[in-house]
Amino acid sequence: MSKKQNKLEALNLDAYYGDFHALKGINIAMEEKAVTAFIGPSGCGKSTFLRTFNRMNDYIDGFRVEGQILLDGKDIYQKEVRVDELRKEVGMVFQKPNPFPKSIFENVVYGLKIQGIKKKSVLEEAAEQSLRNAALWEEVKDKLDKSALALSGGQQQRLCIARALAISPSVLLMDEPASALDPISTAKIEELIYELKNDYTIVIVTHNMQQAGRVSDYTAFFYMGELVEFNKTKTMFTSPKDERTQNYITGRFG
Amino acid sequence: MPHIDIELERLKTKLLEMWDLVEYQLQAGREAMMTADAELAKQVIKRDRKVNQFDVKIDRMCENFFALFTPVAVDLRLVLAVLKINANLERIGDTAEGIARFAQKLDEPLDQELLETTKVVPMYEAALAMFTDCRIAFKNNDPVLAKEVIKSDKVLNKIYRKSDSIVTKYMQKNPEKIGDALALLSIIKKLERVGDQVTNIAEEVIFYREAKVIKHRSDKKKKKSSGKDKGKEV
Repeated sequence: MSKKQNKLEALNLDAYYGDFHALKGINIAMEEKAVTAFIGPSGCGKSTFLRTFNRMNDYIDGFRVEGQILLDGKDIYQKEVRVDELRKEVGMVFQKPNPFPKSIFENVVYGLKIQGIKKKSVLEEAAEQSLRNAALWEEVKDKLDKSALALSGGQQQRLCIARALAISPSVLLMDEPASALDPISTAKIEELIYELKNDYTIVIVTHNMQQAGRVSDYTAFFYMGELVEFNKTKTMFTSPKDERTQNYITGRFG
Repeated sequence: MPHIDIELERLKTKLLEMWDLVEYQLQAGREAMMTADAELAKQVIKRDRKVNQFDVKIDRMCENFFALFTPVAVDLRLVLAVLKINANLERIGDTAEGIARFAQKLDEPLDQELLETTKVVPMYEAALAMFTDCRIAFKNNDPVLAKEVIKSDKVLNKIYRKSDSIVTKYMQKNPEKIGDALALLSIIKKLERVGDQVTNIAEEVIFYREAKVIKHRSDKKKKKSSGKDKGKEV
């Protein structure tokens, strides 16, 4: 059996918010077309780490990183890397659905239009494909010109996923994508993640242990800015090696 | 104590109560067999219903725990182990009942020569000692003791292997006691089975504490690993 390539890697990564040392010497390699879950208590650095993969932290005053983040073996913090190009490759979905106050169609093709694509047939095809991939097409195909804000929370989140997919990234970062959704919408998002990993490398931050167990192939546990343990999800949830991991996943932390 | 720990303690306590009851059943079964006490045998048979009630209750407690707490890691291993230990204890309870049914039919105590040559009494003692030690291993979360329990099953197997030829000789010599001899042979088989069931339980204790599966390994490998691993746990 051939081993999958590493899509994302962190090498001796440290991150700081001013004097605060948010990430400490992180080393991790994430497999291509697999789902990796980041878990850990609030403030442990998992979201900060997630955001280093598309340089979302760059705008925060005083934020700096040391070490390397490699995407397909190339350091994304090199000077010559264009952040807008990076974000075409590394899409992101946030905790709260954040559709633009535009039509469903305009939301999906927004990124493509910014890239200068104007041809209607191309945009229509991309919109349908992205909405299908986000498991939303059947629900919205007859109302593409209606406002995205009229959709339910779960539909809005899948629309945001469709919007991220439209620009053909190879990596999807998800920061608690289902924490604001009801159980049915959550199940749809989880099912979608399961489908999407055939084509995308997915990294998801979640506070829901069962969700991490259900959707991910690998799990990384962070605590106080350190990567405590990283292993196959099955191993992490049956026989974790570090006592801190065990205390966290069994709900006995602190 | 966190709610989850209170529930797990409740589960362990219930299992240990069942363990005590089954131990008492084994002891009483032995007593009834040795003294041909039909009344005591009758009580053991009747009390097996209580063992069965424990079995159902513990299964239900585990089911509820899975549904309400979705356990992981050491908690998950504990509940899985409790489920399997419960099933083994229930079967050992059935064995005690079977011995009592044999004792109920005895008109007089068994022939001393038959008891001595087959070594059924030391075999019964060894099975009881394994059973008791395994309870301590579970109660004290002690995988090292569990490994010792597994090793001691050898004593039972050795007696069992020789029993066929010993009983055959005895029957040839005492044809009028063939009935008793055959029944005793079946008890020896039951005790050998108890040794296997206690071994299964000890393997569950090791799985629960060390996240290691040692069942179905060859004896050689088991012995090797029991020498190597000294109570590592997370």
